[in-house]
Amino acid sequence: MTAMLVAIMAVFGIAAILCVVRIVRGPSILDRTVASDVLLTEVMCVLGSDMAINGHTRNIPVMLIIAAVSVFGSISVARYVARRDNTTS
Amino acid sequence: MTVASFFEIALPAPAAEGIALVLVLLGAILCLSASVGLLHFRDVPSRLHAATKPQVLGLVLICLAIAVSQRTIGGMLLGVLIVVPVILLQFATAPLAAHMVGRQAYRNGTITQRGLVADEYAESKRTPPAAG
Repeated sequence: MTAMLVAIMAVFGIAAILCVVRIVRGPSILDRTVASDVLLTEVMCVLGSDMAINGHTRNIPVMLIIAAVSVFGSISVARYVARRDNTTS
Repeated sequence: MTVASFFEIALPAPAAEGIALVLVLLGAILCLSASVGLLHFRDVPSRLHAATKPQVLGLVLICLAIAVSQRTIGGMLLGVLIVVPVILLQFATAPLAAHMVGRQAYRNGTITQRGLVADEYAESKRTPPAAG
């Protein structure tokens, strides 16, 4: 049981680190937007797994609000990004 | 057997906990695959494809784990009832964000043109406006 908890934490941590690597390295701002969207969904997944493991339902409002609001970040960045940004590749 | 006693039927605690842990681990592995795809692919639409689909499936699995961890049948139904809005919102908003980012990536030129099999957007741009 404890080994599975450690495995879950390790997998979530590695996924978050890879997202942050893409946010730092991403050549254009759209790459960074996509990576930050993935990171936000992963925060939702971590909140949900906290509820599933500890057996309570107190984080549901937070998950609901993140799911409803997280789309506006991507949409507003995609709406106002410059028509051609000078990036290589 | 009355309805109330049917809702009181419970999974044994180790089984419920084990199923919930396995579902959470599967969801975490799907999150990890989304992140690996984000690092591995080369242009914005492929990264978008890697980012949106496994992520939403992982969230669905974790929401199922929340429902299973309630143990009794009535508790599981209540749990499904409270996680369904989260899943529906995610299903509604993930394609929206992907559509906006993908269209802007096409206009920006941050996609590799050789990787495209069909390019219907360029054909629709050649069509004069109000031509039907």
